[in-house]
Amino acid sequence: MDWGNGYCFFLTLPNLTISFLIIAFTVITIRIVYVIHRSSRPLYTSPPQSLSTLIILGSGGHTAEMINLLSVLQKDKFTPRVYIAAWTDNMSLQKARVLEESLVDQTGAQKVKVPTQFMQIYRSREVGQSYLTSVGTTLLAMAHATWLMIKIRPQVILCNGPGTCIPLCVAAFLFKVVGIRWSSIFYVESIARVRRLSLSGLLLYKLGISDQFYVQWPQLQKKYPRAHYVGCLM
Amino acid sequence: MEETDESGYPKRTVFVTVGTTCFDALVRAVDTKEVKEELSRRGYTHLLIQMGRGSYIPTKSIGDGSLAVDYFTFSSSIAEYLKSASLVISHAGSGSIFETLRLGKPLIVVVNEDLMDNHQSELAEELAERKHLFCARPQTLHQTIAGMDLESLIPYPPGDARPVAKLINRFLGFPED
Repeated sequence: MDWGNGYCFFLTLPNLTISFLIIAFTVITIRIVYVIHRSSRPLYTSPPQSLSTLIILGSGGHTAEMINLLSVLQKDKFTPRVYIAAWTDNMSLQKARVLEESLVDQTGAQKVKVPTQFMQIYRSREVGQSYLTSVGTTLLAMAHATWLMIKIRPQVILCNGPGTCIPLCVAAFLFKVVGIRWSSIFYVESIARVRRLSLSGLLLYKLGISDQFYVQWPQLQKKYPRAHYVGCLM
Repeated sequence: MEETDESGYPKRTVFVTVGTTCFDALVRAVDTKEVKEELSRRGYTHLLIQMGRGSYIPTKSIGDGSLAVDYFTFSSSIAEYLKSASLVISHAGSGSIFETLRLGKPLIVVVNEDLMDNHQSELAEELAERKHLFCARPQTLHQTIAGMDLESLIPYPPGDARPVAKLINRFLGFPED
């Protein structure tokens, strides 16, 4: 009998570990599926007062499109606001500052309760960087994005295509899975993408990370049916 | 009112812009005899090239009956140059394209075929199909200029961010307006 018990004990130890792993894996999978499913539908039953908003800026045309979108959003609803651009990109934050200053002029500075913040993030890959070194820089960018996301914990994320939005959106998605913060992620594909999505867009679409995915050309909507066609922003 | 040069002739400027890119193939193409002759033939008097980070230096010319050519590398604002131009020849960046279209200037977009991920041609080709601009390659630029009918261009309707704002508001439960 003793021999039998001992034998069983040695068998059940790895069995327990395996069972635990299977259960953990199942729970995480179910949670991820739930988060993706829950993300695609409205979150609030009664209209919220205001939502903290993270705006991810990219160079050139991306920023111009984002500024166009921001100019029609009700700023008192999307507040406080945080802008993030790549470390190497000073132009975009400058444009955001100009926009924010024009808002202060309109509403009067005393109405701004929490000041708008401007931040910069390491880029996962500079143009022309080798793929070998970009493994390291991607990890660095991911760590930096997670750190920034811990600090910001936005309720709304607006992004439109620069590569910098990937580590930030992935971090935000992980926070949703873990239950730290639920962010609604809105992605607007750039107007420059007529027939194919950008790599950032494709990743967010395929992985189901974005809550709402918008495209500016009808051809793209046909190809990616979960996307919403919104016409040209520019 | 049309601008005039020193001698009182109407000034019709072609403004070439490569933005912040390096696009020697375009600068070289507008500097060719065929393109300059074609522009002259179509009544343009001045050619102004914003050459960006490129290394090819076009030949300056004061004109004297033929096309006057001048160039510079960068300017903090190209808006003034776009405004005073009669024709714009641009790289395919969306910033330059929409800035020019908003001003209602005739536009030829030249696609840079040397770019690795050449998604930029998508936008230029789509807008050309919708007759808002002409789309060319560096080596076909002179044919495009020779064959273009400026009357056939359709003004670009300004974009509207309200539909996407409406969807975002609806999703978040904010009142839509």
